[in-house]
Amino acid sequence: MKILVTVKRVPDPNATIKVKPDGSGIVTDNLKYVVNPFDEIGIEEALRLKDKGGGAEVILVSIGGKVAAEQLRTGLAMGADRAILVLAEQELDSLGVARILEKIARDEQVNVVLMGKQAIDDDCNQTGQMLAARLGWPQATNASKAEGLDSDAEKQGLPGIIIGDGKTAKVIREVDGGIETLDIGLPAIITVDLRLNTPRYASLPGIMKARKKELKEIPVDSLGVDVTPKVKVLKLDPPPKRQAGRKVESVQELVNVLHTEAKVI
Amino acid sequence: MGHVLVFAEHQHHKFSKATLVGITGGKEAAAKMGGDCYAAVFGKGVDDLANELAEYGVKKVFAVDDPSLEHYLADAHAAALAQLAKDKGVETILTTATAVGKDLLPRVAALLDAGMATDVTAFGGDGTMQRPMYAGNAVATVKIESPTKVVSVRATAFDPATKGGAKAEIEKVGVSVDAASKTMKFAGFSETKSDRPVLTEAKIVVSGGRALKSGENFKTVLEPLVDVMGAAMGASRAAVDAGFVPNDLQVGQTGKVVAPELYVAVGISGAIQHLAGMKDSKIIVAINKDEEAPIFQVSDYGLVADLFKAVPEMVDEVKKLKS
Repeated sequence: MKILVTVKRVPDPNATIKVKPDGSGIVTDNLKYVVNPFDEIGIEEALRLKDKGGGAEVILVSIGGKVAAEQLRTGLAMGADRAILVLAEQELDSLGVARILEKIARDEQVNVVLMGKQAIDDDCNQTGQMLAARLGWPQATNASKAEGLDSDAEKQGLPGIIIGDGKTAKVIREVDGGIETLDIGLPAIITVDLRLNTPRYASLPGIMKARKKELKEIPVDSLGVDVTPKVKVLKLDPPPKRQAGRKVESVQELVNVLHTEAKVI
Repeated sequence: MGHVLVFAEHQHHKFSKATLVGITGGKEAAAKMGGDCYAAVFGKGVDDLANELAEYGVKKVFAVDDPSLEHYLADAHAAALAQLAKDKGVETILTTATAVGKDLLPRVAALLDAGMATDVTAFGGDGTMQRPMYAGNAVATVKIESPTKVVSVRATAFDPATKGGAKAEIEKVGVSVDAASKTMKFAGFSETKSDRPVLTEAKIVVSGGRALKSGENFKTVLEPLVDVMGAAMGASRAAVDAGFVPNDLQVGQTGKVVAPELYVAVGISGAIQHLAGMKDSKIIVAINKDEEAPIFQVSDYGLVADLFKAVPEMVDEVKKLKS
């Protein structure tokens, strides 16, 4: 079995993001970049499926500049087998990314694509579903672990996604108002949510090994895929500031103002 | 003409507030583009839902009734919605960014080779839209340049549609779901049982953060306040990550977006990703023992206090007020 996992290079979620004064983007000076935290959960899940399934190959894919190799190496150090970096310096929208991933998934003849439910930079939550449509494959978004993250199953490093005989998968999905169980045929796209697993850290031997693993660069132009964006970001603005109110001295005062002044209780 | 088709999601044979927000979003988008707003309801046995939908001031309602649409499944629903949009010549397909909306619309967009904007909060007159990026640290102005456009609107961005005016015409539409849908099967749904209001619809939301220290404290300390206020319970991502409460209580950019009349943040520091999910609340109250906590910068009323003392006191005060 072959599992393809997406690895997007994104700003550190703990960094303070500021919009440039001219609105052309965000301030990137001294900004640290990491693997999209949701994709990291995808890598972890792929490695668990490999450990428990026997014989799966975990292939990472990233799209961007040469700098994205750094994030691919992180994934390789966690234990993935090899990586593909599609070199593309231009702006891409979700559909463009889905088209590139479609080509890679077909060329590599993968059985499962795992990806974060969204990237924490553009917050689109689109690419997985678009890729599924392009490939005509089933999709299961927001995969979660039935037993939760404080369970024995998690302590034992078990995957939350159940792959049947290699032909089907059972996915627990967090949806509005409850938990849905979905059976899907393979090949399929599965996007992952926070509570699927806790990703491992790369070990020192893992980091050493990762240096020798294959990281293939493919120029986007060589794929013959139309990546003209259909969605353009015209400008960014800082979010409107909410006026800070005032401090109250006691619980009694708080309840009183909520009743008499704000009239909400 | 830029006609808009709103996908009207329903659960338990009811339209949620989020769905009604989507109808308003659709009407605004249609008004900006000089087109009409249509709505579609999918499912098995949806006559009564179509009748209700026709009362919300849309131009026309499409009732897509088929056993294959009984449970929401992305492939069958996306195929049917894309087909309907093509047949009716609409320019924009729109719904609210709920769990179903987020799952469905990108698939529809790809089927129609359309660009998509997620979580739209406002429509401009020139075809531009606004949406948050970077966990709410930036508001992006975007434009979709493909002939067909797909848009999900943020569940708090518009007022829910109200009934009134002329009843719309209802057209029944057949559906031919392709073979691809056979590869997805609904295997079950376990509903989170709660007597409390739904998080995204509640007038009051009381949320807890990591400072509550345990899931047990959510039960024994926070829940009494939630219940005495008749509120829905929420949580910060930190509390969810720590395993105190399930993810469906998470308020924030990667969780639920809420805008109640009153939002009470208990022991929540106010990370930007949390603020992105609640800053449109009418009144925000913060209880935190760290007076430097960023949550105080967005709150109308702040109380610097130990939550383990303040919350039980507040329960008593609210009880007194109500008696």
